[in-house]
Amino acid sequence: MTETVTDQKTPALIMPEATSGWRLAMRSFVQNRLAVIGLGTIVLLALFCFVGPHLYVTDQVSVDPVSSLLPPDGGHPLGTDAQGFDVLGRIMKGGQASLQIGLFAALIATAIGTLYGTVAGLIGGVVDGIMMRVVDTLLSIPFLFIVLIAATRFSSTVLSLSLILGAFSWLAPARLVRAEVLSLRSRGFVAASTVMGATKLRIITRHLIPNALGVVIVNITFQVADAIIAVSLLGFLGFGLNYPNVEWGTQLSNGVSYLFEGAWWLIYPVGGCLVLVVMAFNFVGDALRDSIDVRLRRR
Amino acid sequence: MIQYVLRRLATSAIVVLGVSVITFIILHGMSGSPGRAILGVQASAEAVAAFNRENGYDDSIVVQYFSYLGKLLHGDLGYSYKLNQSVNALLAENAGRTAMLAGVALLLAIVIAVPLGVFQAVKRNSVGDNVVTTLTFVAYSMPVFLFAMLLIQVFALGLGILPAQASQSSSTFVIFTEPRAMLLPVLTLTGVTVALYSRYQRSAALDQLAQDYIRVARAKGLSTRMVLTRHLLRNACLPLVTLIGMTIPLLLAGNLVVESVFNYPGLGLLFFNSLNNQDYPVLLGYTLVASTLTVLGNLLADLLVAASDPRTQRA
Repeated sequence: MTETVTDQKTPALIMPEATSGWRLAMRSFVQNRLAVIGLGTIVLLALFCFVGPHLYVTDQVSVDPVSSLLPPDGGHPLGTDAQGFDVLGRIMKGGQASLQIGLFAALIATAIGTLYGTVAGLIGGVVDGIMMRVVDTLLSIPFLFIVLIAATRFSSTVLSLSLILGAFSWLAPARLVRAEVLSLRSRGFVAASTVMGATKLRIITRHLIPNALGVVIVNITFQVADAIIAVSLLGFLGFGLNYPNVEWGTQLSNGVSYLFEGAWWLIYPVGGCLVLVVMAFNFVGDALRDSIDVRLRRR
Repeated sequence: MIQYVLRRLATSAIVVLGVSVITFIILHGMSGSPGRAILGVQASAEAVAAFNRENGYDDSIVVQYFSYLGKLLHGDLGYSYKLNQSVNALLAENAGRTAMLAGVALLLAIVIAVPLGVFQAVKRNSVGDNVVTTLTFVAYSMPVFLFAMLLIQVFALGLGILPAQASQSSSTFVIFTEPRAMLLPVLTLTGVTVALYSRYQRSAALDQLAQDYIRVARAKGLSTRMVLTRHLLRNACLPLVTLIGMTIPLLLAGNLVVESVFNYPGLGLLFFNSLNNQDYPVLLGYTLVASTLTVLGNLLADLLVAASDPRTQRA
């Protein structure tokens, strides 16, 4: 703040550009090189997983014991696994599930969390106190534990895994949104519109939601990254999708036993994709946070 | 201060009570009829019903919760019908080895992450800082088991200098008696924890570097090393105390995965095996203990921070 004082000799002449907050955020995001690389990586990996199978057609349904555990060569660029599935095609298929679950889980968690946090923040008082103690309670239960226990009871599909992960990861967004609503409620512009006769509904829809949206969007990105890691852990521990469906965690889990026989191609390509996509989402999240949070925005 | 301590104690107690409600609901909902579980599939429906009646399993759910809570308050976590052992005995048998693994890893992680974060902050945007930031970012974006597999690949399969499996000894102090066999599990857990902490430690140290007291210390003519060790380090560690309290669930989750990957007999492996047996008393017993540890960790961290920084008490 102090350095701007010096160049305010003619304050009347310095008119701020009439740009909306979202456009400013957008500009700041695009200027962040890592963020653009992250976003590009996500798009490329999504294309690879969802469009790839149409261009590079492999049989991911029937087992082929004759061609099991072939090292990479011309016919199979990334070799084959123990069942004889082409690994490159398998990564695409597994990636579809991992990305879908990550995205669904994040959306479910964000939807529940936003609603919960907004209600708690708006009502306040005793209700807020009780609602937040519930969040504290659930937060103190280790996430992986409760998710694994839930996973023992349900058949593993993309939908059920997303629901399980989403059902237990709405706590962080609920806290964030509540804090945001509480601070927004006491701002001058909300008081001003109340004085001008705005209804409660109008204040919520026109002021609270648009202003809290930034926090929510940033949170979704991190939620996706966390959910992709979480589902890979479930898969690795044996609670992933059922055969012949596969996601990256199960794929890695299946590959481990053959690591000792030197079948590196079962692990490193898919592991690389997993780390890459999680890193990309974290990059984008960091950049979005920097560009949406005005206080952190580089000027 | 006393008022703050009392308020924190009260909320912690409420949270632990809340956890017991949740574990009870899950236990009740998932394990079905205890009579069936104990008497087996061959038992007649009448025998099962009689057993449930005698042992209070057909009381109303509220009555059952209070009898569950009463047992918990007496330190009774339940009984594993699958392993035919009390949950207490099962947990006690494995707790020491897990505490050793997690404790040594946490200690190592702190010893590494704190100086690393300070180094990064002091040399910010240098090559060294960027290399460390990149490495920790990659490790942070990696599931624990993948990190473990990379270490196995390099040290066990590639170089062949370390075993790929943890020691199967039942000794609690196996980390110290067979350090070679325990190096990879410890390294894995340490690595992921360092990745978690060093980012925070770097920004905490950066915040402190910009403070006036650092400038005063420099102006007094203190050497850089004195400024860093005497002044900066102590203040930059404060956020880490809170962070350690908050990351206990992550540490326990990491421990679970590490124990299953390296087949190290501890609470994590017990939990993993109980998952496959659907042994809910054990699963929920450990979950309850882990949650209580988390609550205690957070409480301790908050009290430590409050004791060393009076400003937080008003919050």
